[in-house]
Amino acid sequence: MTDHIVVLGGGTGGTVLANDLADHLGPEIDDGSVEVTLLNDDPDHVYKPVWLYVPFGQREPADGRRPLDELVDDRVDVRIDRVTDVDTDAKRLSAREAVDPIEYDYLVLATGSTLEPDRVPGLAEGAHDYYSEAGAETLREELLSFTEGHLVLSVVGTPHMCPAAPLEFVFMADDWFRERGLREDVDITYTYPIQRVHGNPHIAEWAQPIMEERDIEVETFFNAESVDPEAETITSMEGTELDYDLLVGIPPHSGVDLVADAGLGDDGWVDVDRHTLEAEAAEDVYAIGDTADTGVPNAGSVAHYQAGVVGQRLASEVRGRPATATYDGKTLCFVETGMDAASFVEFDYETPPSPAPPSEKLHWSKLAYNESYWLTARGLL
Amino acid sequence: MTAPDIKPDETVDARGAACPGPLMDLIGKIRSVDSGAVVALYSDNDQSHTDVPEWAEEAGNDLLAVEERDDHSVFYVEKA
Repeated sequence: MTDHIVVLGGGTGGTVLANDLADHLGPEIDDGSVEVTLLNDDPDHVYKPVWLYVPFGQREPADGRRPLDELVDDRVDVRIDRVTDVDTDAKRLSAREAVDPIEYDYLVLATGSTLEPDRVPGLAEGAHDYYSEAGAETLREELLSFTEGHLVLSVVGTPHMCPAAPLEFVFMADDWFRERGLREDVDITYTYPIQRVHGNPHIAEWAQPIMEERDIEVETFFNAESVDPEAETITSMEGTELDYDLLVGIPPHSGVDLVADAGLGDDGWVDVDRHTLEAEAAEDVYAIGDTADTGVPNAGSVAHYQAGVVGQRLASEVRGRPATATYDGKTLCFVETGMDAASFVEFDYETPPSPAPPSEKLHWSKLAYNESYWLTARGLL
Repeated sequence: MTAPDIKPDETVDARGAACPGPLMDLIGKIRSVDSGAVVALYSDNDQSHTDVPEWAEEAGNDLLAVEERDDHSVFYVEKA
């Protein structure tokens, strides 16, 4: 009998997990007692943190793409297909190109986040983003020719990928305009849905004084209700209207419909035990990364660490041993505070973040990690 | 505390959600309901006791009542 482990999604979590399973279960895969399949609807793996640098002309979207089959161990069956249905009772998946259903013994959902700008009228037409390849390229065209006016960054939806990235963008923009002698002609405003500048109170407490020092205006309790692209205004549920000349919006996110359709959770996020990462509504189903509703940030580091936990648990399960590995909420982020300085935070379920003093060394550490990320994807780092 | 005599139109169960989860879940639901609708937010996060009243006032919505239960609180918010 062969245990079939299916990993759905070839982002950071899915790719790291597939390689982890190939490493831990190599003998079982070789003797045919375990089979690992990675399903993704794109032949490429995409490293999204590169997009932050695209609008500033520092990176290209292509820098964040590599073919999945070059990153994933040959012992993993990589299938490029779009899954259309998950049946957790029958333990089978349907996919667009697959003639027969795909049976599984263990399923890991790593389907990630999708953007839904259409949930806010006018946002798609009026705002730019750097949360997609196309968005980052279009924003680059606007930003590189922007020499005066009001730049507004509005965090419209939470949870969103990389919670630090909106802070990073305004810190980088401030520094970038200063270096070019344009800052006096550019006003920058940052809006956030709740009463502080970041969801995590410790990070908010750290970031707020930096924003004040750097003359970055802040509008809190700002939940964008609509954007008028012709009048170039953004209006909040709370009744505040801002004029803009260039609007950068962090769009609402959701997971994939498959999750809700399978009864695993709302809005595409799987309800899980936040330590074991097992789905609450189905047996032998796990979720990792953005897909797992654990309350920790939607960040690559989270997906990476969770993949390691689920890899160990699955290896134990197929060997008939008790699964003991658990996720402790570990999250790690570099936070750019300008074009040549960054901070760093590390936290978990029990320990709050304490941002490190910004330094050039941490900035270069972030860039160095971005280059070496491909070793993470391969399961080596 | 005695349960208030309020029949919510929608309920948001944000128990277990990390900060600022409960408030963001409430805001998301308020976005989708009509004016006059009452949303009940279940939260076990202490921060909600300051976050929710502050936001309700800022947004012009009415916090009708806060009910304390054994392991969580229920915030009844009426959309303006």
